[in-house]
This record gives sequence, structure tokens and C-alpha cells, in this order.
Amino acid sequence: MRINARFDVAYSGFDLKVDLDVPAKGVTTLFGPSGAGKSTVLRCLAGLERSNNGYMQVGDAVWQDESNSYFLTTQQRALGYVFQEPRLFSHLSVQKNLEYGYKRTPKNERHVEWDQAINMLAIDHLLQRKPHNLSGGEQQRVAIGRALLACPKLLLMDEPLASLDKERKREVIPFIRKLHDELDIPVIYVSHSLEEVLQITDTMVLMREGESVATGHITQLCSELELSEYLGDMSGSVIDTRVVAHEEEFGLTRLGFDGGELYVPQLPIEKGHGQRVHLLARNVGIALQKPQVTTSFLNILEATVVEVAVPDITRHAVQIKLDIGVPLLANISRKSLYTLRLEPGQKCYALIKAVSLAR
Amino acid sequence: MDLLSPVWLTLKLAAVTTVILLLVSTPLAWWLAQSKSKWAAVVEAIVALPLVLPPTVLGFYLLLALGANGMIGGPWSALTGSALTFTFTGLVIASVLYSLPFVVQPLQNAFVSVGKKPLEAAWCLRASYFDAFISIILPLSLRGYITAAVLGFTHTMGEFGVVLMVGGSIPGETQVLSIAIYEHVEVLDYGSAHTLSVGLLLFTFIVLLAVYFINRRFPTHAD
Repeated sequence: MRINARFDVAYSGFDLKVDLDVPAKGVTTLFGPSGAGKSTVLRCLAGLERSNNGYMQVGDAVWQDESNSYFLTTQQRALGYVFQEPRLFSHLSVQKNLEYGYKRTPKNERHVEWDQAINMLAIDHLLQRKPHNLSGGEQQRVAIGRALLACPKLLLMDEPLASLDKERKREVIPFIRKLHDELDIPVIYVSHSLEEVLQITDTMVLMREGESVATGHITQLCSELELSEYLGDMSGSVIDTRVVAHEEEFGLTRLGFDGGELYVPQLPIEKGHGQRVHLLARNVGIALQKPQVTTSFLNILEATVVEVAVPDITRHAVQIKLDIGVPLLANISRKSLYTLRLEPGQKCYALIKAVSLAR
Repeated sequence: MDLLSPVWLTLKLAAVTTVILLLVSTPLAWWLAQSKSKWAAVVEAIVALPLVLPPTVLGFYLLLALGANGMIGGPWSALTGSALTFTFTGLVIASVLYSLPFVVQPLQNAFVSVGKKPLEAAWCLRASYFDAFISIILPLSLRGYITAAVLGFTHTMGEFGVVLMVGGSIPGETQVLSIAIYEHVEVLDYGSAHTLSVGLLLFTFIVLLAVYFINRRFPTHAD
């Protein structure tokens, strides 16, 4: 099952040229800076904007095919939309807000259970209140619940955390992650925050100036040299790992992945559970010989140079793509590149200064 | 002259006019609030005309249009056998035009302030266009509707010039309060004029007071 969509719209001063082909499963994030056209894509997917040559298909169901002048209106699309601001109906109680879409869903299409949604989002104690008596985080959770209870076949989320402060974000993110663990509804998510994306995304679509530039799994996409420039000093590889063992005496946890193991400060997670890590390129160094006991680095991994980015003489650093079983980006100085004379195929060692945990 | 007959007639005229105005103005104000067409400005100007035009001008043209040979009165009399001038129906038509801006403008403002966002949210929750309007836009525009209804009602109650031109002063048919007061004054029956005037003054004041009071107590629903 895949979601396919093509939109080619000329707005005044802005051309949207998007070609999406993403799995109809898990969370897909449209990622890019503000003004890249991410929200417009979402509005096109929802049928809130109509382009005269658009095409859209979810699984086997075609929602829009302008070559045959076929266009389902928003109401006919069985979708959920969580906007940047909660957009709760202020004249209705939380209960009535949640019921709004649920009641309008035919009984045989109600694949989301009322209790399940309420419990998952922990909003049962809010039902009798009016929206203006809720905190921002609570409002957004109710908005997510309202969208879910309309039993959508596709859930669209437009930076649902953007209006929340750090604390509230931390409060809502686990609920968004639960969405795709507990309910089998594909989500298309819009964000410009890498931190957020790392926590919830499987598939990433990179957007620049109205165009979809690249699509792929986040672990694969983040290790592409050509794409790392978009992320600036946040560029770095993303690796999905599992907890192998805890070394209680040192307060460490060993995480295993296809190429080896990484040490991180002890995690409150059981053995066998997954942990996504973000290895910032600027925290990865390179040595040609294996440092023996002469280093304090815990994470030293055998690596092969895959690709060396073309040095940009206006910058002091240069990006190197390594292979440690999985791709790994390293950021070293141009001077180091000159002294080490790194070339594709060369064996070396990756020294990892720090590992950030993504979830 | 029966003192109360003009009072009932006026209330009846104002009520009928207000109901018709709310029905007619809802789609019109909605269109004005949403439309990006340049024609919207033209329509807005036409709707606002009765605000500034002397009632006698409006009344004069309505007299011609509603008469037995007029644009509206002609077909009407062919259909029913009588013209619209100097009838209650004629008065209703005239009042609807005369009070139109007092109903359209508050509604238009209410629709603009509610905005498109709640509507889009409702569409994404499977509500049809009509359903979304009834269940979301109407309740969120409630204050606008109260203001529109009260302004339409009280303004119709107070009209004089247009009524005089179109309806004349037929007791029980077209002799409304303001006309009755004028006629009492003409025959120097100041007592009756006072009774009706004070009644009208108090009634209008109390209605307006109630509306402004409600508006202050209940903040708008718009986010």
C-alpha cells in the first residue's frame, strides 16, 4: 500500500512541484524550512486546495485525477487533519468536539474505538470542559483525538507542535508516536524541526522552495552527503539500534546495530528494545590507525571511507561518508583531510564523541 | 382613531421584515464575506445605499416600481389583480430594502471574524458544506445574528419617509406608528402623539440596552 500524489501549481511568486510516493504506513514527514510549501502540499492532499493537474491515490483508492476531472471533496476523502493551531469549536464542549466527526462517520466505518482514542490521548478528564479552559497541550491532544475519531484512512498533521512550548511538546510527542504503534493509520506530518522529526518519523520527504527534493527512510536519507548541507550543523546519521546489555558497574548501556555496538549512558529501557540514535557529523572524528588504550573514546568503530564531499574552500570543514555496517557521516577539517589523504575504499576508524538519543 | 392599531401593525411589519431579512441576508452576507470578486464591492455599495440616501428618494423609486405599471408592481398586479402600493405587502418589500444594510453588515462582520478556519476543520470531519454552516458558522455568529435582528427590527419600526411614500396612511393596513404620530401632531392631538412617542422611545431603548448588555456579558466565540 502506497500513497501517490503529484501536484504542480503555480501560485503568485511560488511554484509548487511535488511528487510523492510514500508507504501508506507509519509516519511520513514533509521536512523543510518555512516557506518550502509543506503546508500547501497538505492542503492539496486534503482537497482544501485544488490544482488543475493534480493526482492523488491512497492505496487503491484514487482521490483526485484531474486528467479525468475527478476530484473528491474534503468531506468525501475520509481524512483527519490536525492543524497548527487546534481549531477546536469554541461553542462546543470537548465531548461534543470529539463527537463531531465520530457522529458523522457511518457506523461500519468506525474503525477507531471511542474509548481507545480517549484513553490513548489521556483526555477523559477533560470531556465536560470548554476548549478555552484547556492548556495548549491539552487542546492539541483533543484536536488529535477529534481527527482520529472521524476514523480517517489518512491523517494529516501540520506542525501540530509548533504552537507549543518545549514542555508541552514533550507532553504531546509520545501520543503522536503511539498513534502509529496502536492504530494502523498512515500519517503525513509536516515539520521544520529535526528534533521532532527524529522522534516520530519513518519516511522523510525533503522539501525545498516548493519542490520535493528527496524521499527515503530517515536513517538512509540523513546519511546522504548531498542532503546534509540542508541540515547545517544538525547534519548527521540516524541509526536504529537495540539495547544489547547494560553495564551497571559503569552506568552504561550497549546498543547494537548492523555494524557493531555503541556505548551510551545507561538507559531505562529493557534489553531487546529499540532506540534510535542521532550521530551528529560534527561529533564524529576519523583516525587511520586504531587508537589503543591511549584514548578515552568509548565508541571507536572500524570504518571504510565511502565518499568524500568536494571541499568547499570557503569553509574549514568537509563531510566524509563512512561505512560502519551502516552509513555514517563525519565532519573533519579540511586540514585533516589534507594530512590523512582520505580516499574512497580506505580503511579507518570512526571516533564518536557523543551519541544523541532520538527517542 | 384606534391608538393601539398602529402599534400592532408596526410590530407585525417589523417582525415579518426581520424574518425575511435574516433569510435573505445570510447568503448575501456570506457571499460578501467570502468573495474576492470585484463585483463584491459593487454589491456592498448597493446594499449600503439606504444608509445614506434620503428615504424619500428610495420611497419615490419604490412607489414607481411597486405601482400598477411598475417593474415589480406590474407583474404582481397581473398575477393578483392589485398593485403593491398602499398595501402591507408593499410595505414589507420597501422595509426589507430600507433595512437591508442594518442586517447584512453585522452578519458580514460576524462571518469575517469567524473566518474560514473552523469551517475547514468541520469539512475535515466529514461535515457537508451546509451541515458545517449550520453546526459551526451559525452558532459562532450568534452575536452577529442578535445584533442584526435587533437593528433590523428597530430600524424598521422607526421608518417614516419610505412608508409615507409607498404605503400612505391606511389605518390597519399601512398606518404604522411613525405615521400615526405625525398625523396626531398634524391635528394637534399632542396627548396621543406623546403616548405613542414615549412608548416607541422606551421600547427601542430597552431592546437596544438588552442587546448591548448581552454583547458585553458574552464574549465572542471567535478564537
